[in-house]
Amino acid sequence: MNLSLLILVPLLTALVILTCKNMYSVRWVAFIGSIVQLGLGGVLLFQYNAARAAGNTAQMLFESRASWYQALNIEYYVGVDGISIAMILLTAFVVTAGVLISWKMDVLTKEFFFLIMLLSLGAYGFFISLDLFTMFFFLEIAVIPKFLLIAIWGSGKKEYSAMKLALMLMGGSALVLIGILGIYFNTNDGSGHHTFDILKISHQHIPIGIQTYFFPILFTGFGVFTAMFPFHTWAPDGHSSAPTAASMFLAGISMKLGGYGCLRVATYLMPEGAHQYSWAIILVATIAIIYGAFATLMQKDLKYINAYSSVSHCGFVLLGIGMLTKTAITGAVMQMVSHGLMTALFFGAIGMLYERTHTRQVKQLGGLLKSIPFIGVVFMIAGLCSLGLPGLSGFVAEMTVFMGAWQVQEFWHRLATILACASIVVTAVYILRAAGASVMGPIKDEHFRALKDANWNERLASVLLLFAIVAIGMAPFWLTKLVGPDSQIIMDHLSNVVGH
Amino acid sequence: MGNDFFILMKPELSLMLIIFILLFLKIWDGIKEVSTLLMIANVLLLANFVAGFFLNKEGVLFSGMYHTTSLIALEKNVLAFGTLLISMMAWDWLKKHEHLLEFYILILSTLLGMNFMISSGNFMMLYLGLELSTIPLAALCNFDLDKLKSSEAALKMIMSSAFASCILLFGISLLYGTTGSLAFSEMPAHLDGGMLQLLAFIFVFVGFAFKLSIVPFHFWTADVYEGSPVAVTSYLSVISKGAIVFVFVTTLLNLFGTLGTIWYHMLVISIVMTITVGNLFAMRQENLKRFLAFSSITQVGYILLGLTNGGSAGSAASIYFLIIYIFSNLAAFGIIGMVSVQTGKENMSDFNGFYKKNPLLGWVLALAMFSLAGIPPTAGFFGKMFLVTAGAVKGNYLLITFAALNMVVSLYYYLRVVKAIFVNPNESPMEAIKGSWSVKIALGICMLGVIATGFYSGIYDYIVSILS
Repeated sequence: MNLSLLILVPLLTALVILTCKNMYSVRWVAFIGSIVQLGLGGVLLFQYNAARAAGNTAQMLFESRASWYQALNIEYYVGVDGISIAMILLTAFVVTAGVLISWKMDVLTKEFFFLIMLLSLGAYGFFISLDLFTMFFFLEIAVIPKFLLIAIWGSGKKEYSAMKLALMLMGGSALVLIGILGIYFNTNDGSGHHTFDILKISHQHIPIGIQTYFFPILFTGFGVFTAMFPFHTWAPDGHSSAPTAASMFLAGISMKLGGYGCLRVATYLMPEGAHQYSWAIILVATIAIIYGAFATLMQKDLKYINAYSSVSHCGFVLLGIGMLTKTAITGAVMQMVSHGLMTALFFGAIGMLYERTHTRQVKQLGGLLKSIPFIGVVFMIAGLCSLGLPGLSGFVAEMTVFMGAWQVQEFWHRLATILACASIVVTAVYILRAAGASVMGPIKDEHFRALKDANWNERLASVLLLFAIVAIGMAPFWLTKLVGPDSQIIMDHLSNVVGH
Repeated sequence: MGNDFFILMKPELSLMLIIFILLFLKIWDGIKEVSTLLMIANVLLLANFVAGFFLNKEGVLFSGMYHTTSLIALEKNVLAFGTLLISMMAWDWLKKHEHLLEFYILILSTLLGMNFMISSGNFMMLYLGLELSTIPLAALCNFDLDKLKSSEAALKMIMSSAFASCILLFGISLLYGTTGSLAFSEMPAHLDGGMLQLLAFIFVFVGFAFKLSIVPFHFWTADVYEGSPVAVTSYLSVISKGAIVFVFVTTLLNLFGTLGTIWYHMLVISIVMTITVGNLFAMRQENLKRFLAFSSITQVGYILLGLTNGGSAGSAASIYFLIIYIFSNLAAFGIIGMVSVQTGKENMSDFNGFYKKNPLLGWVLALAMFSLAGIPPTAGFFGKMFLVTAGAVKGNYLLITFAALNMVVSLYYYLRVVKAIFVNPNESPMEAIKGSWSVKIALGICMLGVIATGFYSGIYDYIVSILS
């Protein structure tokens, strides 16, 4: 498959949206566009598996490249492996669900869907890029839509949150830029030029002195995107102020850009740095997991609950990466996919609740399962997935991370693993408490009786995400098989260089 | 010489021709219709720009006083193009102005001066070009004849320019004293870094720093920008600055190349001060012209960052950035000019809720801001990236970190404008702004430039190819 389609389809969708005359055509165009994306994701997965089954052992498949800025050796170079495909599928699911959830968006509809498409374009471009510069380009493209989506369509202290998010993420990108330049100036493409080509760089040895300085910078830069402690503060404000679709996108995909970057760029290209600093990664990840969980306990607003729990859950991603074992890295990728789907579903459900009840305060909600059973059930399932119920994706992913983490036999690693495991109890407390208080129990407000249950579009969006969550939860092997070999490549590279 | 004279000096001759045509039109006073006059002026400028693409030849005239290369031809074209855009954007303002032909005559005189300055092969020529470009500019600053602030701006402009010229002249005379020559071709051989020469170099550097408004020589900038008419402000911030950057680049690299280590450190200090001060002051500005003044100070800091590279990659990045900067800054000024002509408003709070009645213009201004902030997919991203990349070659990662983190700070104030356009509530948002077709075309060209210059790598590759 030609991977550039993944960039062209959102781009074309966005351009067609600009020419649309009314709200109906805009959302149908957006919907068709996202369905095409989903289809492309499916075709990609199918063709990838077929190619692997046929014995194609190249590290990246469907590669294509074109020279862009020759003087600086910048290329438009794309290709995918199992990890990128998992992320692409995640993006396609969340974008489609996001479009469906925002079906009723009637304020500046055209602009809204245009920006959503721009966001997805950035995400796809990021996941398929194999050139550091192009990758950085796609990472930064999202600044405009993120800021505008929150500032225009958001709620609460939206201007503050939008500014905070934009500036903190820009700070993250600034660090990423420094890290990328640090790598670039210590590479050689064989003809005396520096290169941005990830695969070429991976075959070279970046001096240890450079890695010592630039690994933490690069990792922190990407870490800001994935709400790494102590740079997580943009996440709760940003997620809770954003409109539903933007929250889904931010927590579901945008945070994963960071995780993917930590893995593909920081850890893969600077293995010695990763080895040297793995203790620090594990430390901040464990803090994020525990701190996030306890902070969630204190929240009263449903969106804040999910936002803080996202900080905790994304800690598992970093923990998996920091442990530096094949299983843990596979688990980290699975956690990215699982958390992306689950949190998108959760934000979607909260959005649906809020649209009907006009409140997100746990105290004011109650008994919603009786009046709007579909939304209530979706909410419950999202919550259960978040606390790691077997059969849903959260369990599989977190389990894999723990298994991978336990393989490291050092005391501190064990301690971190145990602490992270223990946090699940806290998760159970806040999830069950929030879910119990808001959808179960007696009906708090008489108005709730008259509420209408989900529309077809909301149902479709929920079913789509639920399908993916259950598909991973019930049959995790297809994802493990997809991601595993490529985690192995990262690990092999690591142990070749570090030698242990 | 002979035929060569006409071909090599084509840009200057064509500008002079236009100036004379306009002068005759003025004296003849036969055309009463303002739009016709404006049309003639714009067509002449367009012809001048188009002519810049043909028959470019490298060569030297007047025994080394004047020289031209394909790089210089490109730079002149860029300036001519920017002037054309500014003239198109000033259409509505000039239409109401009684001295519209004088405006063109003055502005083309400064352009002529800049062309001579860029082509100079000798410090005498450089200085003459600089003066020719400065003095009419001061008159232009005063072109809002009934506004007190405009006169104030003109006075500040002429005073500070005169002061800068003095310092530059002093530096030049010291250089002449120590090297015995003013020709660019002979001087480098005699530069040995002696104390007097260093002093001379510092004076020359400061002279340029004044013109470029590098901190701490930036004090005139904000006041002059605020007081001058929008068209002149945009000319000051884009064309005038651009011309000085072009000269500065070649002077530093070719002429003072032997003093490389010294000016490298001077540049580093200037960069840190310029970016910091520009950023800090830009955050607090309410008047959009003052705001853009400080933002342009910061942008110059980034251009200097590229120059620390000390090689062709640095000059390529700076020239490329300037082209992008012309598009983005002119788009912003174009809209401010349209609003200013129609409503007289120039403050950021006046733009609250601007998007409601002016969606298209709102996007244009927002994209211009994003481009200035260096956010993709706008071209500003590529411009900034290449400058930072060029600056990183020397391995000065602390400086790069400083610059990269300051991009976050500058994003804050550019987003303030975006926020005003899209988000801030306003009871009585600005009415739909109408502009003439020429303004619209100019804005369209700017937007095309802001978006396409980045994706199309040909421009950068061309600059690199003529530099190497």
